[in-house]
This record gives sequence, structure tokens and C-alpha cells, in this order.
Amino acid sequence: MSLSPAELRARAQAASAHLPGLILSAERLSRLVAPGAHGMRRAGAGEDFWQYRAAEPGESARNIDWRRSARSDVEFVRDREAQTAQSVGIWVSRGQGMDYSGDPERLPKGQRAQLLALALAMVLLRGGEKVGLLGRPARTGRRQVDRMAEGLTGLIPVDTDDDAPSAEAVRTNQRLVIISDFLTETDWVAALLSRATALGVRGVLLQVLDPDEEEFPYSGAVDFRSLSGNMRHDSRDAAGLRDAYLMRLAQRRDWLTAQAQGAGWYFGHHRTDHPPAHALSWLYQVLGG
Amino acid sequence: MLVLGPLGFALPWILTALAALPVLWVILRAMPPAPKQVLFPGVALLRGLLDRMPLAQRTPWWLLLIRMLAIAALILAFSGPVWKPVIERQGSGPMLIVMDAGWAAAPDWASRQSRAERALSDAAAAGRPAALLIADGQAQAGALEFAAADSLLAGLRAAAPVSWSPTLPENPAAALANQPAGELQTLWLSDGMEHANRPEWLAELTSRGPVSVVAQGHPLRALTLQAGDTPVLTLTASDAHPPAILAIGPDPQGIERELARLEPTEGATQDGVTRSPAQIDLPPELRNRISRFQIEGESHAGAVVLADERIKRRKVGLVGDPDRQAEGQQLLSQLHYLRSALGPTSDVVEGGLGDVLDSAPDAIIVVDQVDMPEVGELAEWVDQGGLLIRFAGPRMAADEELVDEPLIPVALRQGGRDIGGALSWGDPRGLAPFAADGVFAGLTAPEEVAVRAQLMAQPSPDLAGRTMASLSDNTPLVTRERLGEGQVVLFHVTANAEWSNLPLSGLFVEMLNRLVATARVTPSQERADSRETPFWNAEMVLDGFGREHPAEGLAPVPAADMAKGPGPDRPAGIYAAEERRVALNAGTEFRLASWPGAQVQSAQVLPGRDLKGLLLAAAAALLVLDVLGSALVAAGGGRWRRGGGGAAAGAVLLAMLALRPDSALAQEINPELIRAADEVALAYVLTGDDRIDETSREGLEGLSRILRQRSSVEPGEPVAIDPDNDDLSMLTFLYWPITDTQAPPSPQAYLRLNHFLRSGGMILFDTRDGDLTGVGGPDMSQSLRDLAAPLDIPPLAPLPDDHVLTRTFYLLEDFPGRWHGNPVWAEAPPADAELQDGMPFRQLNDGVSPVIIGGNSWAEAWAVDQNGYPAFPMGTGFDGEQQREMAYRFGVNLIMYVLTGNYKSDQVHVPALLDRLRVEEELGP
Repeated sequence: MSLSPAELRARAQAASAHLPGLILSAERLSRLVAPGAHGMRRAGAGEDFWQYRAAEPGESARNIDWRRSARSDVEFVRDREAQTAQSVGIWVSRGQGMDYSGDPERLPKGQRAQLLALALAMVLLRGGEKVGLLGRPARTGRRQVDRMAEGLTGLIPVDTDDDAPSAEAVRTNQRLVIISDFLTETDWVAALLSRATALGVRGVLLQVLDPDEEEFPYSGAVDFRSLSGNMRHDSRDAAGLRDAYLMRLAQRRDWLTAQAQGAGWYFGHHRTDHPPAHALSWLYQVLGG
Repeated sequence: MLVLGPLGFALPWILTALAALPVLWVILRAMPPAPKQVLFPGVALLRGLLDRMPLAQRTPWWLLLIRMLAIAALILAFSGPVWKPVIERQGSGPMLIVMDAGWAAAPDWASRQSRAERALSDAAAAGRPAALLIADGQAQAGALEFAAADSLLAGLRAAAPVSWSPTLPENPAAALANQPAGELQTLWLSDGMEHANRPEWLAELTSRGPVSVVAQGHPLRALTLQAGDTPVLTLTASDAHPPAILAIGPDPQGIERELARLEPTEGATQDGVTRSPAQIDLPPELRNRISRFQIEGESHAGAVVLADERIKRRKVGLVGDPDRQAEGQQLLSQLHYLRSALGPTSDVVEGGLGDVLDSAPDAIIVVDQVDMPEVGELAEWVDQGGLLIRFAGPRMAADEELVDEPLIPVALRQGGRDIGGALSWGDPRGLAPFAADGVFAGLTAPEEVAVRAQLMAQPSPDLAGRTMASLSDNTPLVTRERLGEGQVVLFHVTANAEWSNLPLSGLFVEMLNRLVATARVTPSQERADSRETPFWNAEMVLDGFGREHPAEGLAPVPAADMAKGPGPDRPAGIYAAEERRVALNAGTEFRLASWPGAQVQSAQVLPGRDLKGLLLAAAAALLVLDVLGSALVAAGGGRWRRGGGGAAAGAVLLAMLALRPDSALAQEINPELIRAADEVALAYVLTGDDRIDETSREGLEGLSRILRQRSSVEPGEPVAIDPDNDDLSMLTFLYWPITDTQAPPSPQAYLRLNHFLRSGGMILFDTRDGDLTGVGGPDMSQSLRDLAAPLDIPPLAPLPDDHVLTRTFYLLEDFPGRWHGNPVWAEAPPADAELQDGMPFRQLNDGVSPVIIGGNSWAEAWAVDQNGYPAFPMGTGFDGEQQREMAYRFGVNLIMYVLTGNYKSDQVHVPALLDRLRVEEELGP
């Protein structure tokens, strides 16, 4: 089951409706010199009028504001206020494991992740930020929602269990949102975070899990198989595995938290049987706070 | 054959396979249940984990047990198990099998057949000659042929029990003349009843060799009917606990079903046979429908009594003055009370005396008639056994030759007497208690029954003997005399409430029913020898099992044979001759047979029961259990139980849904109709044509407005009626526009409409074609005829000028609607109504015409739109408006007529009033 772009968009709209437009926090704005829609109080590339100034030699004739210049003897140039939007790159895992849902009534994790990504993009776009999928151009404006919806649903799942973002795609002046289940190999996390730290890029890691993965409600003889079929574990006493599994899961989370904190990132997790608004509020807080 | 206690095995060597069971146990036990396949993304986290307590790798013991039992059942099933097998004792001489093949053998016919078959096959295996005597009375005369036993099997299998008592050939020695040498071994499959020639046969057979008798396996029961005034069923049974008797017949829907259960009373036991009588004490309307009585749970012809004329209800002829047409006079009619009293319990025929006599009634009631023209035929009819009931009345009292009137039980004084009238002393007389031994014994006269007038009998010595009921002063009220085989009964009062209030009481009904019940119903046997019906033809016959079959290929039965009961050429069934139907019933009262000198076997031990099928079924059931159990084990509980629980809950829910009684069938009264009854709303019939229905609504709305303005009738919003679904009993007036596309209402709707008309409702039929009629084109008259044909509509006539409709509110001469000049039809006035002197109109009292028919399209003339403006144009200019006003006036008159009836016609004093007005005018200023 996969959602059409329009459906995904409608659901994301509903999920993000309760949040006001998100403008990334001012503190980071000043640090990163990558503001949102706020003017920079200096001339530069932008849309709003900033000042008239006398034309300087070598100024291109195109820049001269002829209407203003006609009122005096001097040629004036119309400067616009410098505006740069910070871009947010969102990455959603396409691993086979994301197609998992423990109950036919629950959405697969992948769809929940896409929903969260798009809802977050909407909130950000409403705040005038530039948003894009990691590795694709970040843009602003309402049309970007559609492009992102198509991009998210159009992602071709990889045929292995694990999927990792390419560290090369990280750019300066970017914030990253990484959504995955972090259940498979996680070496890439360290690589990504170290490169991001080097570039001064901050971000968020969000782990999306199915309740069955959180609680491990199995017992008896069970042959566990990964969704791609590459991995399997045959157990004769699944109930006895529960504590060990939960412990390993907690260890994984601790490790991720430590990694994130070390890089100035945030780590959060989300269950698909909880409303998506919880995760979205958390993302909103973390990114906007 | 291996026999272990009551159990025998045909193939004992297969039982050795049971030894393999323990091995199987071990093998099966070691097989673990399959693990569950689960897709799980977090497998990476599970890598390298070890099971702390691995699941038991053994099949649960109960699953093993189920499998073991299934296999054991299979092994046992194939080893040919037989419960209580029969080991036959074999002789060497010839073999004779006697089978009683009457109805009493029918219930366990199959086991009798198989018993005989086994004996024959054994005889065939031993090479003994055998003979088969089937005692159904159809055996060929002459000596029995002894032949190879297996050649008799076909004849045995083809034999079926018959619906009469079994009969053996008369001369046993002659029948056994062909017996081969040797000791004759006899197997007698008896039905337990004593019947003709049986002792002779038993004596002959015991003298020739051993006789073993297989006795009846279950109690014998037979049902017989004693006809008479109160027919009684007798249940003859060989046990003391007779079951109920079912009365079976078509219910009102025509479906055969159990109509009643009769419980036989405690019976008398003699020689092991119990006879329990059961009164057919049923309401006559039920009794009349019964087509057969049957002992519950018995399936043979002897348990069935087919119903014929003997238990049907009586046919009563009513002779009196024909009723007058109008509704109000019903309560004055003498016949009305008789009809009401007899209708539920008897078939009532009305007409002239000659017609009634031709219909061959059981009783004739003649109401206040003297000098009857067909009195000779009537006397002859009474002489042959008819019951004549006469009622007194004013005409009889006034007859001067009453003393000479024939067919009167006692001599009467002319004139009668009045008691408690305005000009007489004394109070009205009550009734004396009824004689304890008479026809009316046991009835109690209500105290309020009083007689104000009666015909007096001449005192005579035999008066007391002829009196059946008398008043408190010992003057006779009901007298009876037997004439020939019949009787004549006279009520000394009228059959209506004029002379006494007896006809108003329930006592009247009971007295009449008692009297009619004494009417002799002609039993078939008595008429059987009459020359008109020398032969009876079978219409339906019963086989030995009591099942009905059409009669085919049966010769007509001479009347003389009918009295002998059923036999080989006249099986039990219904026989008809002309109009009459007579049942020949197989059941007889029987005696139990005794078997001196014979060895009696019990029927129960005979068949060894083959257990193979049972065991195979058990194995299959166990295997199904095993599948379920395996699924349970494989699911490992948890999820499966959740899903299974859901499914089970769903199934239970579905079952409950299926069992939920259909409450939607409960009848609900349309709230619109309740409102209509509250507000005297006018109603119209929906035609299915939206435009016409809307016009009807607007028209009645317009008329309701006018009524509210001008009269004290204040109707509410008009009501739309669908005669198929709506109850009409709360309405008074229906407007019914006729269209040619209207579907006729259902039969139920017509029943309701007729009831509506009879109970004082009125329908105004409007063909709406006043502009078309008379020019020869197509009009609605055919549609009207089609729609109204099933309605109870009296003779119609164009409205006469003096009809009360012309003056119920306005004085009208014409009844225009949107069109005018067309005749309007209503119930025709009585033919004898005449104009009296000094009266402006005829006295046409009583009776509101149930229908008014016309084509003036009244609704269109009355119709107003939402704003109160006329919806249809009429005529031209002022003339048109004048016509509309007249249409409204007709409407007002019509509703007044519906609501007040002929109140306006009741003005007998009009001439006097007019005179007085004239005088006052002259005296005035």
C-alpha cells in the first residue's frame, strides 16, 4: 500500500494544521548567517526595497532606477534588502524495513515517516524557509510542497534492509532532518554526523518504530525474517528473547542519543500508533527552539 | 466372526493393526509443531541471541490422543464391527416365511423385510427350499409354491404393507399341499393383531414343524371414528399411554398443518388393549377444515382417520323475508340475528323455501312464515329426517288459520299475548331453568333475558312432553314434536329483539347450536343401498404407511361392499359418489394375538447393528478436531486467539442477527391517519400520477378552507391514502380520481375498502372526463369499471331531484365541478318509495350512499394554490366563478351528507312548519 502524492499531501496538511509557520530560531540565524524570511538590514539580494543610493562608476545601466534619477541630476540605484533563506534538507529512509506494519490497521512506518516529512516541510514553507529533500534543490513557496510530495512518494525503495543518506549531499547553511528506523547497520550515522559537524550543519535524528518493534509481543517458536528476506533468526522461545531485544533497542537509542549530542544534534523517537502530531510538535520545538 | 460380549467383528484380523498404535505414538510425539513465520524488521537486533527456554519440542498430549483415537476408530471401523450380532439356528427341511402385511406392520416394515431377507438368504445358503406367504389378501389362490429361497428375494423386496387388515388364505392345509418332504420350519413375522384364519394356520404350522414368531417391536395403535351427533375418536392401543391425536387440515392460507391436538381421555383396558375415547371438541370452523386425524408419531394407515361428511359442519337453510337494502334496517331483520348466531358454526343457505330445500340442508329455519307454498315438500323432508326450526312473529300471530297451520309442534292460540306492555299487566317474564335431561341441559338463562310477547300454546295433555324450554310462568317458549324421522321445533318468540331480548343474548346462540347439532347428518352407510349411488369411486387412497396417493386404476366399489370396510380392491381412502364423500378408514379395534405352541422372539434383538459407519464418522470428526487443535498449537495462542475470538464473536453475532425476530412486520398505524381521524381530515386516493395527486390535494385543501369558513366542520390538512397499505377504518370520506394508468389495489386493499364502505364511509369517484363524455370519445368509464368492480357497490341511479344531497346545507339543483351538466350517480332509492301528499320530496330515510360517481372533475374546481387562489381556470368570466361557487356548495353538501347522513331528509314535519311560517307571515306586519 502506498499513498498517492495528493493523498499524502492531504494527510500532511491535516497533521500540520495546528502548528503556526516555523521560523528557525533567531539564535541560529545569527550564527549561521542563514536567516529565514527576515531582512538582513543591509542591501543584498532580496525582494523588498532597502534604499536608494547614488550610482557608482561601473554600475550597470540596468541597475539604475530611472524614475528616481529623473528627479535629480544624479543617477540612483535601487537597492533591495538582502534576504537569504536557510534551507532544510529532509531525508527519509527507503529501506525495506520501513514497509513494515505490525497490524493491518496501522500504517507502515515508511508512510508515517513520509507524512511527518511532508508535514514538517509544510510548516517550514509556511514560515518562508527553503525546504527540500536531501540531495535535491531546496526551494521556498507553496509549489515546493507538491514537488516534495511527489518526491517522497516517488522514492524507489532500495531492495536491502538498510538505507543511508549520502554524506556528500550535506551542504553548509543547511539543517538536516533524518527520519529512519535505525534498526539496521548504523555506521553511516557516525559518518554523517562527523561530516555535518565539520560543515557546521545541525539537525535532528528521528526514529520511527512500529509498536511491535518497541514491545516485541511474540512468544513460542518463531522464525523471524527481515522484510527483504536477507536476515533471519530462528527462535524456539520468542518470549524469552523479549528482554534481550528490548535491552538492545535501548542500547541503540542510547548510542544514537550520545552521537547526536556530541554533534549538537537532537535524537527523538516516534511510534506509529501515536498520533503524528506528537512527533511533529517535537520536531517543531527542536527546530524552532 | 469374533464375538466379544455384545460386540462382534467380521474381519477380526484387522484388529492386529491396533498393536501398531504405541509405535505411532512415539513417532508422532517427536514431531514438533512448525514455527510461526514472522516478518520483523528488527531482526538485526536479535542476531546472536540465544533462546533462554526453548519451546517444548513435543506435540501436546491431547493432540496426540485425538490422533490416536482417530486411527483406532479407523482400524475398528474396517474390522467390521457389529453390535449384538445374530447367530442363526439352522434347520434342514423346507422353510416358510409368513409376513403379516397389513397397516399394523407398516411402522417397522423395513426391519421386517430385512429379517425375512436374512432368513431367506440363510435358507438359500443351506440349499433349503422356501416359500413366502405375504398375508395381504392379494395372494393367489391355490397351493403355495416352494422354490429356491433366493428366487423369492425379489418378491419380498417388492412387497409393501397395505392399508387394510391382513388376511390369510382360508384353508391352510390346501395352501401347504405342495410342501416338500421334511420338517417345515416357519418364521412368522407377525403384526401382533388377531385376524381371520390365524389360529387355524398356527395350528396347522405347529403340527408340521417348529414355528418361530417374531413379535411386533413396538406398541400397536389404531384410530377409529364413531359417527353421530358428536363424533368420537377411539384410540385403541396395546399400551396404556396413548399419545395425542393430531387434527390435520389446511389452515386459512391453505397449507396443510396441525390444526389441533386432541388428548384421549383415560381409557378402559381389556385383554391388554386400551381403548381411549377422544371427543372432537373443537370450534366448528376449525372442525370443518380438518382433513384427517392422525395419532401423533405413528406412520401407518391404521393411525389415520380421514375426515368426511360425518364430522363436517351442518348446513342450515334460512327462510324468511328478504332483507331490505338499507343498512339501518339490518338490526330489525329477523334473519340478521340467526345469521350472526349460526354463521360461525354452520354453513348458512338463504333463499326461498324451494331453493333451500334443493340445497339439501341438515336443518331449515323458517322465520315467521305461514301458508308456505312448498309446505308439502317441506313436510316430506322433515319426515325423512330433517330438522325444521320455526320462529313466531307478527305474521303468525295475525294469521286467522293458525290452528290449521301444518308443521307446528303444538296447537297455538291465535293472537298470542303481550306481557309487560303499555296496555297489559305484569312484568316481562324471564326464563325457567332448562330441564336437566333436554337438549338445552346445562345452559343457564341470563337473568336479563325477558319475553314481552309470545305465541300461546293450546293446553293439551302432551304439551308438557313437547316443551323444551318455558318461561317462569310455565308457558312454553320452545316446543318440539318428532314427525317421522325428523323433528319440528318452534320458538314462540320472534328471532329479532321485537318480542324478547333473547336474540340479543349469548344463550340464543347456544340454543341454536344445540338444536342444529341434533340435526341428523345422513351417514353414508344408510344411503349406501339407495339406487342413486350404486358405485363409489376412489378419489384418494392411503398406502399402508398412511401416505396419500391419487387413486389410479381402481374399479368402482359397489355400495354394498363399502360397508365392509377397506379390503384388497378398496384400499382405505376417500370415496365419492356424486356430491357425497365417504372415507374408508383402515383403523379397526383389534385384539392381541396369542401364540400357543410357537417360539416367540422379540423384535428388538433381531438386527445386529453395523457400527462401521458410526466409527468412520467418529474418525472423521476426530480428524477435524485434530486439524483445529493443530492450528491452535501452530498459532501458539496470542494472535490466533485474538483473531479466532473475533471470528467467533462475529459468528455468534451473525447467528443472533439471523434469529432476531422481524420486528419490522409489526403493524404500525400511519401517524397521518391518526391525525386525519383527529381532525376529520378529507382523504384522497393516490393514483400514482403526481399531477393528479397534487390536484386532489389542492382540491381538498380548497374545500377544507370553504368548510372552515362556512360551517362548523373544520377539517385539517387533506390526507393522501394508499389503499394498499393504509388502514381506512378511521376515515369517513375518500376522494378517488380515476386515471387510466392506475394500478388496481391489492385484494387486501379491496377487503379494507369494502369494510370502509360497509362501515359508513363514502368514496367520491371522479372520472374527471366531464368535458369528453357524450361525444363518443374514449373516457374513463372503463377504468372506473375495472377499479370499482371488486367493491361492494349497491345498485346505482342518477341522483334524483329530491335526493338529500340537494339540501344537506345549500339547496342545489346541479352538482357542477370544473365541468357541468353530467349526471351524478348514487345508490338507487328503494323502488317502492313514493311521494306522499303534501310532501315536497319522497321519504327516503336511512342509508347514506356509499359511493357518489361523477365526471365533473370537482377537485380541479375546488383546487387552490398555496396563496389561496384558484389553481384552474373555469368557464368564462363571472359565469365561471359562479360555477366554482356552485362546485364549492356541492362539496359542502357532500361533506355534510357524509357526516350527518339523512338528517335533513328526516323532516316529516316540513309541511306543518311551512304552514306555520305562512301564518306568521300573514299575522306579521
